Amino acid sequence: MEYQSPASIDEAVAALAALEGARVMAGGTDLLVQLRSGAPRLGAIVDVKKIAEMCSIEETAEGFSVGAAVCGAQLTGHDAFSRAWPGVAEAAGLIGSTQIQGRASLGGNVCNASPAADTTPALIAARAKAEIVGPGGRRIVEVEKIATGPGKTSLGKGEMVVRFLLPARPARAADAYLRMIPRTEMDIAVAGAGVSLTLDRGGVVADARVGLGAVAPTALVLDQAADILTGTKLEDDVLARLAAAAGAAATPIDDKRGTIDYRRKVVGVLAKRAALIAYQRAGER
Amino acid sequence: MTYEPKTLKVVGTRPIRHDGADKVTGRANYGADFKLPGMLWGKVLRSPHAHARIRAIDVSKAKALPGVKAVITGGDMPMPDGGVTQAGESAINTQHLAKNLMARDKVLYDGHPVAAVAAISESIAREALDLIEVDYEILPHVIDVEEAMKPDAPLLHDDLFTQNVEPKPEKPSNVAQRIFVGKGDMEKGFSEADIVIERHFTTKPVHQGYIEPQACVANFAEDGQAVVWCSSQGQFLIRDLCVNMLGMEASDLKVIPAEIGGGFGGKTTVYLEPLALVLSHKAGRPVKMTMSRGEVFRSTGPTSGCAIRAKIGALRDGTIVAAEMDLKFQAGAFPGSPVGAAVMFATAPYDIPNLSITGWDVCVNVPKIHAYRAPGAPNGAFAFESVIDELARELNVDPIDLRAKNSVAEGSKAPYGPTHGPLGGLECLSAAKNHPHYKANLGPNQGRGVASGFWINIGGQSAATVVVNRDGTIALVEGCPDIGGTRASLAMMCAEVLGIEAEKVRPSVVDTTAIAFNDVTGGSRVTFATGKAVVEATEDAVRQMRERAAKMWDIEPDSVLWRDGAAHETGGEGRSLTIAQIASKAAKTGGQIMGHASINAAGAGPSLTTHMCDVEVDRETGRVTILRYTTVQDAGKAVHPSYVEGQMQGGAAQGIGWALNEEYIHDEQGRLLNAGFLDYRMPVASDLPMIDAVSGEVPNPNHPFGVRGVGEAPIVPPLAAISNAIYDATGVRMRDLPFSPPRVLAALEEAERAKG
Repeated sequence: MEYQSPASIDEAVAALAALEGARVMAGGTDLLVQLRSGAPRLGAIVDVKKIAEMCSIEETAEGFSVGAAVCGAQLTGHDAFSRAWPGVAEAAGLIGSTQIQGRASLGGNVCNASPAADTTPALIAARAKAEIVGPGGRRIVEVEKIATGPGKTSLGKGEMVVRFLLPARPARAADAYLRMIPRTEMDIAVAGAGVSLTLDRGGVVADARVGLGAVAPTALVLDQAADILTGTKLEDDVLARLAAAAGAAATPIDDKRGTIDYRRKVVGVLAKRAALIAYQRAGER
Repeated sequence: MTYEPKTLKVVGTRPIRHDGADKVTGRANYGADFKLPGMLWGKVLRSPHAHARIRAIDVSKAKALPGVKAVITGGDMPMPDGGVTQAGESAINTQHLAKNLMARDKVLYDGHPVAAVAAISESIAREALDLIEVDYEILPHVIDVEEAMKPDAPLLHDDLFTQNVEPKPEKPSNVAQRIFVGKGDMEKGFSEADIVIERHFTTKPVHQGYIEPQACVANFAEDGQAVVWCSSQGQFLIRDLCVNMLGMEASDLKVIPAEIGGGFGGKTTVYLEPLALVLSHKAGRPVKMTMSRGEVFRSTGPTSGCAIRAKIGALRDGTIVAAEMDLKFQAGAFPGSPVGAAVMFATAPYDIPNLSITGWDVCVNVPKIHAYRAPGAPNGAFAFESVIDELARELNVDPIDLRAKNSVAEGSKAPYGPTHGPLGGLECLSAAKNHPHYKANLGPNQGRGVASGFWINIGGQSAATVVVNRDGTIALVEGCPDIGGTRASLAMMCAEVLGIEAEKVRPSVVDTTAIAFNDVTGGSRVTFATGKAVVEATEDAVRQMRERAAKMWDIEPDSVLWRDGAAHETGGEGRSLTIAQIASKAAKTGGQIMGHASINAAGAGPSLTTHMCDVEVDRETGRVTILRYTTVQDAGKAVHPSYVEGQMQGGAAQGIGWALNEEYIHDEQGRLLNAGFLDYRMPVASDLPMIDAVSGEVPNPNHPFGVRGVGEAPIVPPLAAISNAIYDATGVRMRDLPFSPPRVLAALEEAERAKG
């Protein structure tokens, strides 16, 4: 198996296009584990950790640009980012152990396309977009468009995600992410929910977006969230409607990690609780 | 040798363990660390089916693969004549073991070995496995213990007839054995009772979860002499099982123990070693085999899942007058579950006049069950300590008071026969009740549970040699792999008898040719039994040193007293000689000094324990958080208190994992779905609070320092303690393990529905 570690995005894209069966590796915390546990052999590994712009976080007037190979520890350690997007930062910070946090990347988490990826629902709630580079040039898509099913993405041959773009934050805006795991860490979400809220001066929700994880083949956008939450102060009946809508939107499976019934209920509970956290955070700004 | 109170200088202190530096620096050699020049890699092909007949195996393509040096199947493994080898708390039937090592005509579980290869690299060995073609006829399988007992259940063994039932069965079944313990008059007992509670409980198979997977290197030489390096709970057991399996003599095989990264009972048998020996014999080169975590889960013995009915009858004043239990235990692919221990010990913390406890040992299509820390006792205690808690609530009495009212004490008769000597049940209950934990306030959705546990502990055969070095330091030679800090505790007992510092004694666990036979490290026996051997061996060395001093002074040995690491003349000039002064002259006084003892220790003395636990239940997600946990246990005497506390904390932590999330999950075809630590959810450090371990000390009269085994009892109470705490928090009884979030949420919702 061939291993390449290009220094630029162009070289990486060229390598991906040229090498049969090549896969992008950032932190390697999914890919190497898959290889060790007997996944089909790869043609080549293209390591993008040596590409400086894929490992950096930049703040501009338009918001944040986060390189796809940025690891969890980098993101949670970035004060400005964590202040602007506490929900995305906490989602990235939940993944794996301290050691894994030093490797596992945002791009890897999204492109591994696990339905249970923690950062995807948080990025969906954040209206994050992904910049994709490939043999055909650059394109920008919403994060929810990348995964198309468990382990499957919409990326074409030779394409890779190079950065995520998160919009600038108005005043009184905040996000939150919660997941359910039976343990306290080192586990995979049985259900997850990311919520981003913007409040008006009176503490009324002016904008809302909710992403759900581990309850469908891909992370979901909860379409009704804006209708349910906008114009409210998250009164009990509003939260109950949010929970019910999240449960209804979910199309989970029964597996060793949870039942259909359990996931439907818990994703609603998480959406509700994450909304309350986001609301409190937004109100403090 | 019996207990005498004495002033102690070393025993009861906390020196740094002798093997500590090697372990924290990573220098210690574990099972997988050993290699030899020219070594081959052995790998095992395992059944993907829970139950199937092997029609044919074609290994020709694997044999033809360049780099492959040997391929074996069941036909290459000898079948022993039969008989049973004692392995601490389990007895191993050698024919069953042989069939478990390598399937012959049938595979009996997902993960059952069907072939093995040795090749020049791991990747070639793996490739060779893919080339072996096995033609299976898939058979119906059964895993649930109650299903397996039904007359029309799929049959694992057509020659298995239930033992100890009347009349003798005419047809084979999956039920290997009935075990019964009882006394008194059940009808009378229950008719006297003012309150009778009867409940049904279930548990799933759970794994020991030792961090180190099984690993070994075997080297079979041309002259028939062989050596095995491996991690195990007993190098002598590994030797005896291998020679039994392969028709060798004990002197043909040397087993060299590696450090062990956890065993908890699971490493008191063989999985790889005989295969590695046969592969090495065929290939003429050393063979190394290591298991992956997936192989550990799929192919090594977990402990039994079970179904238990427990019935208890009591008077209004809290006196328990009768108890009846029916315990059905999964044995796995071959007979031999720990149901016997569950039968004997489930009610053992209590003195109950009328008892009827029946156990059933039932074969099912999971790996052969193997020992796991107090094997069988946690399952039994889960059921019985839960009904005790219900009884306390029915009677509106404190659950600790109810337990104390019915507690065993010195002079009461154990359910399994003998009359108890001194033991610490009441002391533990009283210490628990007086602990600040028991009085602490609880918040909303929080609850507190109490449960007790009993473990018998064993003694057994141990040997020790105390070599007095010429500079006065000591080499302590022993034969029990150190799992729980026993090098330190044994060296401390040796130092205490000699009157020197623990650091002056260097303990070594040696191979099967360097010391007499030792039973396994198991049954919480080493600090007790090997400790006793060490004390005897040290006393033997002291006697010799007194004689040498007498010779040097030209006086009678009786005029020489041993104190504080030196011989002292009792009369005359009051001279003294240190160990170094005696040892440096040993060549002139009769040769080097070495004390020795080889014993079969009796009178281990049971350990009783009471746990209490606070939980908080998230009513919307079913998640249970352990807020606070306290163990109180009778250790007899804590030789090294840190390691005694570590045993209590470790046992509680394993029990908490068993209670909350651990379980074997199978698909419809009987394949294990969670063969890894991600989905077999043992607790992580952040799941647990600091566990407060309180060591009570009621000395064991049969040990010079009063030691009782401590390693196993602490895993007995947590299952019920947590169930009882969940009830206290929510009013919902969890009787089916584990108490994972989906199950707890479902139970809470069910209770809401029942309320209307």
